[in-house]
Amino acid sequence: MSVSTAAKIAGLEAIQKKGWLRAHKWLLLRRFSQISILSLFLIGPLFGIWIVKGNMSSSLTLDVLSLTDPFVFVQSLLSGHMVETTAVVGALIVFGFYALLGGRVYCAWVCPINIVTDIADWFYRKLNIKSPVHFSKNNRYALLAAILAVTIVSGIMVWELVNPVTMLQRELVFAMGFSWVLILAIFIVDAFISRRAWCGRFCPMGAFYSLLGTVSFIRVNALNRGACNDCMDCYVVCPEPQVIKPVLKKGDELNPVILAGNCTNCGRCIDVCSEDVFSLGMRSAKFTDIAK
Amino acid sequence: MTEPTDKTLQSRRRFLENISRAAGGAVLYGIGLGLYSQQATSLPSQSIRPPGVADEGDFLSACVRCGLCVRDCPYDTLKLSRLGDDVALGTPYFDARKIPCEMCEDVPCVKACPTGALDPALQDIDDARMGLAVLIDQEACIAFQGLRCEVCFNVCPLANKAISLNRTHNQRTGKHALIIPVVHSDACTGCGKCEHACILEEAAIKVLPSRLAKGELGRHYRLGWQEKQKAGESLVTPDLPHQYNLPEGTRYDYEGEGLIPAPKNNSEDINDTPFNKSAIDRLNEGIN
Repeated sequence: MSVSTAAKIAGLEAIQKKGWLRAHKWLLLRRFSQISILSLFLIGPLFGIWIVKGNMSSSLTLDVLSLTDPFVFVQSLLSGHMVETTAVVGALIVFGFYALLGGRVYCAWVCPINIVTDIADWFYRKLNIKSPVHFSKNNRYALLAAILAVTIVSGIMVWELVNPVTMLQRELVFAMGFSWVLILAIFIVDAFISRRAWCGRFCPMGAFYSLLGTVSFIRVNALNRGACNDCMDCYVVCPEPQVIKPVLKKGDELNPVILAGNCTNCGRCIDVCSEDVFSLGMRSAKFTDIAK
Repeated sequence: MTEPTDKTLQSRRRFLENISRAAGGAVLYGIGLGLYSQQATSLPSQSIRPPGVADEGDFLSACVRCGLCVRDCPYDTLKLSRLGDDVALGTPYFDARKIPCEMCEDVPCVKACPTGALDPALQDIDDARMGLAVLIDQEACIAFQGLRCEVCFNVCPLANKAISLNRTHNQRTGKHALIIPVVHSDACTGCGKCEHACILEEAAIKVLPSRLAKGELGRHYRLGWQEKQKAGESLVTPDLPHQYNLPEGTRYDYEGEGLIPAPKNNSEDINDTPFNKSAIDRLNEGIN
């Protein structure tokens, strides 16, 4: 299977059939979401318009709505601190939000690092690079387990001493330190050394949110998989291709909904599919829903 | 029981392989993180935490690095540590020599904290203990040279409580006074206005984290005069009144007569002193 040749033209068929805009609908929506969320944080410090204060670890919107990242909340709890009610409520709101929309929706629709790693992957595909190094997809869970264990033992939030995700978010909104060096490193590794290494193999925040994704309500499905022409374009663009495999197998008895927690609900598979196999729907979606 | 087929053996082996690999990876990451956290959490002495931080370890388990305290600081005193700074990544601190804490009465930084990393129990900024000012260089401080300066005293928000001026003799000139600023740890909040205002090229008075600035007496130490005060008065046999070695047959009259002949064995006369019935005599008398 020559994925690399297919890679260069992934989505071409969809563009021809559906038009460029429709073949990039979810990608554009996602970029819009990522950039507008970041902008909300940035217009305060840049222009003095304070809609949102703080950063993505914890924020205060319009002096009313307090939001806290559940991962940082869990780390704080494990390190032995019971946070104030403000942060508890904030973490519960965010937790509920992702439980509804899909755990790793955070990765695809909010996290600014996603823009970096998406561009890195674009380079990877366009330049037809072969990754010399491979890491296991389960590596992130080993890292997550280590972080939680060391947090409990040491009594401090060890991961926040190095976390490049919150670091970039923070330094974009406050003052830029050397976090850009780390981000550049992530880009170089992802593009030239090990494909999708950061978001797909290392990031423990993604691993944390993927656990939430195993129960979340909104999921991508392949209800129309009968129309699949095996072009493989979805596999090429998907940041977690292993999640697609189970739902594209033929046979009516097999579940057509992507239940794997690592699906980020990015919707790129919906974009590049010329046959409209994929759609977003509920976790409980059944074939009978379209067989009417 | 069925014999395990090649396939199940293979998948069992793969499963064990994966498990041990994951466990090994987790242990490696854990060691790395643990070691790194050791050195990444040492706070440089010129970096002062915002009000309401009692213990650095507790703070590092509570602060989520959101920067809301920084945003609500009206004087831009607080900063978030960036990658490359010496302070634990993303946590708030200030450098008193650059911008000191202005000790806002409503303590907005503490109010902004969503997690309680800055202790919400801190209502009165005078109770804050961000650090402790220390007149660290007596060789450079011009007050010790006999010059009038007192800038640190004058800018101190709690002047006369946190910093007082003590007058001592100027031994160099022999006829002037030294007016020395003295910091009192029971009132100093560590705001750093003294360090900021110090007129020297490099401040002679500096705010240090309390752990560096303060000594601590061994727990087994008891200061006699304090214990005495606590108990009301003497805890052991009271001090002996001073005994004069007077010539035999004389006594000292405290009323103004001075040394006068004393009749022998006249107990009334012997007891005619301001210390009559001294404690040791009373003890010597036994129970009568």
